[in-house]
Amino acid sequence: MLHPGTSSTPAVRPTGRTTTAGTLCLLLGPALAVVLVLFAGGLVLGMLQAGGYVPGRGLSSLTVEHVGNVLLDSELLRSFGLTFYISATSTLIACLVSVLLAMALVRLAGRSRTIYFLLQLPLTVPHLVIAISVLLLLSPSGLIARLGVTVGLIDGASSFPLLVNDPLGIGILAVYVWKEIPFITFMLLAVLKNMGTELLEAGATLKATRRQRFFHITLPIIAPALGASGLIVFAFTFGAFEVPYLLGRTHPLLLPVWAYRNYSDIDLLSRPEGIAIGLLITVIIIVSIVLSHLLLGFARKRGITV
Amino acid sequence: MNGRGRLLFWTIVLSVGMPFVPLLLWSFSERWFFPALWPQDFGLRAWGYVFTTAGSQILGGLTTSCLLALTTAAISLLVGIPAGRALGLYNFPGKRLVALVLIMPIIVPPLAVAMGLHLWFIRLGLAETFAGVVLIHLTFCVPYAIFVLWGVFSDYNPEIEEQARTLGASAGRVVWSVMLPMILPGVTVAALFSFLLSWSQYLSTLIIGGGKLLTLPILLFALMDSGDRPVAAAVSLVFVVPAFVALVASARSIGRRGLQGVR
Repeated sequence: MLHPGTSSTPAVRPTGRTTTAGTLCLLLGPALAVVLVLFAGGLVLGMLQAGGYVPGRGLSSLTVEHVGNVLLDSELLRSFGLTFYISATSTLIACLVSVLLAMALVRLAGRSRTIYFLLQLPLTVPHLVIAISVLLLLSPSGLIARLGVTVGLIDGASSFPLLVNDPLGIGILAVYVWKEIPFITFMLLAVLKNMGTELLEAGATLKATRRQRFFHITLPIIAPALGASGLIVFAFTFGAFEVPYLLGRTHPLLLPVWAYRNYSDIDLLSRPEGIAIGLLITVIIIVSIVLSHLLLGFARKRGITV
Repeated sequence: MNGRGRLLFWTIVLSVGMPFVPLLLWSFSERWFFPALWPQDFGLRAWGYVFTTAGSQILGGLTTSCLLALTTAAISLLVGIPAGRALGLYNFPGKRLVALVLIMPIIVPPLAVAMGLHLWFIRLGLAETFAGVVLIHLTFCVPYAIFVLWGVFSDYNPEIEEQARTLGASAGRVVWSVMLPMILPGVTVAALFSFLLSWSQYLSTLIIGGGKLLTLPILLFALMDSGDRPVAAAVSLVFVVPAFVALVASARSIGRRGLQGVR
């Protein structure tokens, strides 16, 4: 799924190096404690609460009522559909642009440190800030609409197309694409730089067209990095709150916003339902990780080298 | 750079710079009615508000956010370096499972975890406290640090440590004078990852901090609700600067590898 060690220095392979169980416990103990107690513990406690667990009344107080309410809610399918559409679309656009950008950078930018520095800037900017900026850019009274009026393309705010809080989630997509392209591009650059030009030159000598060289040499080599970073982006956008909260519509809500709405409701009875939606997001993401893993393995067995 | 290289360069400059244009313009605008393309009056009202009227609050948010991110990053390193070493250097039974468990929280969003922990944090007196929010940030910062350091230790040759031991260095001395200097670029990247993740975190801070721990993102959200665009734009820029500084400051140590992999 995730493979570290893609840095450009030659690796000293740790072939079969072993150590005592005591040392391992000492090294891994604190990390496992953090992840198992806080992360896994949080999920288990969430499950108990989504099941309506009342402390002191034991496991008999568990009920499927809250989870059932969420699963039978007529809004669930629309909410899921919109969330999936936003995540899938932003991941696809970002992957596509990143492949083109990474290849262009390797070919044209060479060792220009300025370009790489510039591309690192978006990685440090919080999503929230870009969401605010997109609001100031794309809203009906935003900078783009003002530009449209100034050059005479539109009459006023009312004739400007709805790009934030809109049904297609254009504003949300804009934020995610801007933020995720540099992330995926840097993951691809690490692989492309290691790959060198020998294979491509060999391909060219054998009279492979540019298209063939891309699909049969470059793409198979960057595919694992592209898949892994795409999956990370998909999972992140599927569970992120700030951007759809600021730029999304109030109906249907994206799953994370819906989860938090319920969780923070004055009516404490909605709280288990909020947690149930949160857990549903978690389950969907884990299932999509497993599915993509299986698909990849299946494709490999069939001899498709992607 | 040739013509196409220059085109690529300016496309990147424009795309990266674009979101900062409205933020800068709004933060320096005094009056800017629709549909004017340019503010009617420029002024420093918003910046004055940020640094004087609401100065203590914004400065407080800045301090809280910084302390929170620094604490989280420091603990992430303390926990992540040993774990990264174990995963990068050694083979042991169950390694794949251990790695999966440790890396999983990178992909699974913190939303459900924060909601699940909240009630128990209230009981333990950790809700609405600095320590509680550090703990929830650790759930995703530690795995990221481990992921980076795992990669670092895969390229690390521990034989040099044995040489130092033969020359009479103590275990602590080996860690401090041999291991740390060699893995420093990776450690810097891991620290920066954790810092940035914690720095830009909103929802889990809100759930566990209960709105009592006023970090910059919490303040910024409140400002957006109040609808004062110039002030929200100015605070957005204040929010961006420390992360920029962290990037520039660490650029030397990170070297050419850059921030590959940061989210």
